[in-house]
Amino acid sequence: MHELPVTQSILDIVLRHARMNGVTKIHAINLNIGELSDLQDEWIQRYFDYISKGSPAEGAKLKIERIPVVFRCNACTGSFEVRVKEMKDIVCPSCGKKDLTLVSGREYYIRDMEAE
Amino acid sequence: MDTIRLIEIREDILSDNQTLASELKADLKNRKTFLLNLMSSPGSGKTSLILKTIEKLKGKFRIGVLEADIDSMVDAEKVASTGVQAVQLKTGGFCHLDASMVKAGLDAFDLDSLDLIIIENVGNLVCPAEFDTGAIRNAMILSVPEGDDKPLKYPLMFSVCNVLVVNKIDYLASSDFDMQAMKERVKKLNPGIAILEVSSKTGVGIDEWAGWLEGEVAAFIR
Repeated sequence: MHELPVTQSILDIVLRHARMNGVTKIHAINLNIGELSDLQDEWIQRYFDYISKGSPAEGAKLKIERIPVVFRCNACTGSFEVRVKEMKDIVCPSCGKKDLTLVSGREYYIRDMEAE
Repeated sequence: MDTIRLIEIREDILSDNQTLASELKADLKNRKTFLLNLMSSPGSGKTSLILKTIEKLKGKFRIGVLEADIDSMVDAEKVASTGVQAVQLKTGGFCHLDASMVKAGLDAFDLDSLDLIIIENVGNLVCPAEFDTGAIRNAMILSVPEGDDKPLKYPLMFSVCNVLVVNKIDYLASSDFDMQAMKERVKKLNPGIAILEVSSKTGVGIDEWAGWLEGEVAAFIR
């Protein structure tokens, strides 16, 4: 639902870097987005195609790498990955404790872009 | 044709919002005005809880309410009838408030004359969780009729809040809502969260909720 403001922010950031680097055409943008975000890849691309028209980013492909949800166990300090659909009654697979801290899965990050 | 280069960006997509939210927090600290961001599903009782909160705390703090609604004035009118300052922010089709919208809303208040401003965010458990509004504390309501599985479906929302108000506990008797299981699920996502059981209708737990908020506000504006 909030794909539009997020997409606008992606465009603003890459166009700023395009200006700084004398880029005339952006081919692809590599993003890290956490699994906990419900952003839909298809919609981000669709909005991006629309708002980037006429800019160096027109036609750029958004390549999204989903960053898994990882918890750290506060008891044994071990880390483990959890699938979002299986986030029911999570316990540490090593020691069975339930005192956990979320380590990753909330990322919203632009790594780099492929451009000329 | 030039060769294709890989240009490093390494920037947070929501950094503009984050920057603005941090500036807003610093400004609120200077002015000693506490901002609470209240989030929940539609119909969980945000407006009723705000009305009860005003009743309990208006003798102690100067309160304002920032109402977000798709396109109506219903909630702001109810709040204004209690005599506190209320500002209605029409969000159009937006599904959440971000820091720039909150800043625009706050500009309509006389901030220096207020100790506590409560944001009634758009009724939605998804989008508001992603955007820092600049609030000093995030609160959410989960009402009993919504079910005890909500932490599983909307984990991000439960992980960004400082306090969870479980509202409509007067429905517990006629429901299969498992309070213990719900609490364990929430604590797993967010071990530091405070959880308060409330019924705005019967008034049970309202004192505890008002007490929690009073403690937070008093510590902030001291």
